[in-house]
Amino acid sequence: MSKQIKINRKLFDKANKDSSKYIAKPGLTRELVIEISKQKKEPKWMLDKRLEAYQLYIKAPMPNWGPDLSKLNLDEIVYFVRPDTEEKTTWEEVPEEIKKTFDRLGIPEAEKKSLAGVGAQYDSDIVYHNLQTNLKKQGVIFENMDVAVQKYPELVKKHFMTNCVPITDHKFASLHAAVWSGGTFIYIPKGIKVELPLQAYFRMNAEAGGQFEHTMIIVDEGADVAYIEGCSAPRYSKNSLHAGCVEIFVGKNAKMKYFSIENWSKNTYNLNTKRALVEKNATMEWVSGNLGSGVTMLYPCSILRGEGAKSDNLGIAYSGEGQDQDIGAKTIHVAPNTSSITKSRSISAYGGRSTFRGLVKISKNAKNSKAIVICDGLLMDEKSSCNTIPSMDIYNNEVEAAHEARVGKIGDEEIFYLMSKGISEERAIQLIVAGFIEPIVKVLPFEYALELNRLIEMEMEGSII
Amino acid sequence: MRKLEIKNLFVEVDNKVVIKGLDLVINRGEIHVMMGPNGSGKSTLANALMGHPKYKITKGNIIIDGIDMTKKKSDSRAKAGLFLSMQNPPEVTGVSLNNFVRTSVESIKDEKINPVKFYRTLSDKLETMGINKDFLKRHVNVGFSGGEKKQMEIVQLLILNPNYVILDEIDSGLDVDALKKVSEGINNFFNKDKAILMITHYSRILDYIKPNFVHIMKNGKITKSGNEKMVKIIEKQGYSNK
Ligand SMILES: Nc1ncnc2c1ncn2[C@@H]1O[C@H](COP(=O)(O)OP(=O)(O)OP(=O)(O)O)[C@@H](O)[C@H]1O
Ligand SMILES: [Mg+2]
Repeated sequence: MSKQIKINRKLFDKANKDSSKYIAKPGLTRELVIEISKQKKEPKWMLDKRLEAYQLYIKAPMPNWGPDLSKLNLDEIVYFVRPDTEEKTTWEEVPEEIKKTFDRLGIPEAEKKSLAGVGAQYDSDIVYHNLQTNLKKQGVIFENMDVAVQKYPELVKKHFMTNCVPITDHKFASLHAAVWSGGTFIYIPKGIKVELPLQAYFRMNAEAGGQFEHTMIIVDEGADVAYIEGCSAPRYSKNSLHAGCVEIFVGKNAKMKYFSIENWSKNTYNLNTKRALVEKNATMEWVSGNLGSGVTMLYPCSILRGEGAKSDNLGIAYSGEGQDQDIGAKTIHVAPNTSSITKSRSISAYGGRSTFRGLVKISKNAKNSKAIVICDGLLMDEKSSCNTIPSMDIYNNEVEAAHEARVGKIGDEEIFYLMSKGISEERAIQLIVAGFIEPIVKVLPFEYALELNRLIEMEMEGSII
Repeated sequence: MRKLEIKNLFVEVDNKVVIKGLDLVINRGEIHVMMGPNGSGKSTLANALMGHPKYKITKGNIIIDGIDMTKKKSDSRAKAGLFLSMQNPPEVTGVSLNNFVRTSVESIKDEKINPVKFYRTLSDKLETMGINKDFLKRHVNVGFSGGEKKQMEIVQLLILNPNYVILDEIDSGLDVDALKKVSEGINNFFNKDKAILMITHYSRILDYIKPNFVHIMKNGKITKSGNEKMVKIIEKQGYSNK
């Protein structure tokens, strides 16, 4: 039985008419870096940081492991775009064209009310931002990153690409530091528990447009917050690059949940860096859905540096025709009694490739630590592939570490069984796939679980050849 | 017209011819029992009738209510009224029994069903089988005992209400009470509009269910057909000299 799935991305790959008011020429120069900083009226320290990062970027080699990046022409990328829109506080004021984009993404009307704050990024600027007043009163900050640089210089300067993701980290982290624009800044004061998840949508929409948004989340001692990020992008003929950066600081006894769906169009290179520093008895949870993108390299990382810190890293990836999803999770245990769980489920169909890299490092000091890595892959056909590359570097004896990996092919017998009870082949495959990712989907907030299921169903929609 | 016709059927599995020219007509209102040695091709026939892609029909026809279904996929056959309870129903991880049965009914009836109402109907049916309704949340057949799997097939039979039913060793692995419940289920289901082909190795289910015909399959063919009395003879003498 051949079970090849036609990919239907039409919904996501339509571009809106371009209405950007400033579009830089393709390619990156020192002058452009200065121009970005000037337009944003940034303090000198930020410009200096950008320029230093620019030098590092030029010198750094391309990553020589993982997926093929040879077709990514960095000189064709537009590094800075501003849309023709000012920051908005109410949904009604958001321009029609941009609303259409969001509608196609399926951001439901109700969500705006039910969620504590909604920030949406259109190209390089935040266009919509709102935060419940009581959260504001509690001192919660949910702000455009550009604005945060001006408004909260000490906080930002102290944390921005210093000890979480340093500008020296890798080529695309350096690039990000040089050209970053927009993104989200969140600060949750000591002891504040935010009940509803904060949410932001990102989208890029200029030809060969790069998006380099920066997310910084500081969860102070004993605070608790969940943050949701969802992405999709229109399709263009030239290669697009997304090199975002997420830096999260989880203070003592604090709790952070970070949900993200990355669903860039298939001609996008999604080379993203996400990292959290987790302090004493704090908990960091990553939940990621990776769909879309031609090539993805993304390995959310937790550094457990306080005693008793915990990290959960859950991921789902779907790789279809022509896609290479190179994803994974990294956990670095550097303090005693730390624990981590990594679980991933990847689906490869229609010749797609998915690779899961599960890296766990347990240092000499991290006595009594525990780490579990479980990855499952589901192959939909013979042409597709699924790899798991575990790596456990353990430098002390008093640890518990386990790794499991399984790759299965979608079973003919199960499909026959479902079909014999009247269910169509397509629906049978959907049921099995939905069942496969269920263990991860079920931890998502309700609306978000629906959205992810819908996205995956759409990916699998269409005829069976 | 109201019948299941199998005409000169040849079936191959893994390039091996297993069913070698089989003819059988099952009218509505009839119960047929099929017996035969291990490996004689009974399950192969059942799977081929249901359209399992591994079991290739190389010659012959399967006709349901006058319509040739030989080339149709399994879901179309189910929609035409055919039902198979497999000898070993597979486990489907990740799909809840409730979701599966509802999707199945929705597909066959081609309409949306109120999930809350359906959940109730299904729980009631489970109860009549003596199965805890917690099963509805469990994944299809995953970790079910052999007997539980069979009982669940009967629950589906009762919910889907098909016209032509193939039961491949529905009685294997059932304890005495379960056998009684399963048989009652089948008897409640059966009437003059229904037809059943029951594959079995034992006469004990025939204490409850009365067949109109008994067939012996050997080496991919029906070698003998008769009535219920044949079963007793087989139980005494085996298949070797039949
Ligand atoms: N999926 C399969 N792959 C390979 N061979 C098969 C397959 N299914 C059936 N066969 C072979 O076809 C022949 C008939 O098997 P079948 O299962 O139809 O027998 P059966 O009459 O149902 O036996 P039993 O009474 O033991 O259930 C056997 O030789 C068996 O090995
Ligand atoms: Mg059999």
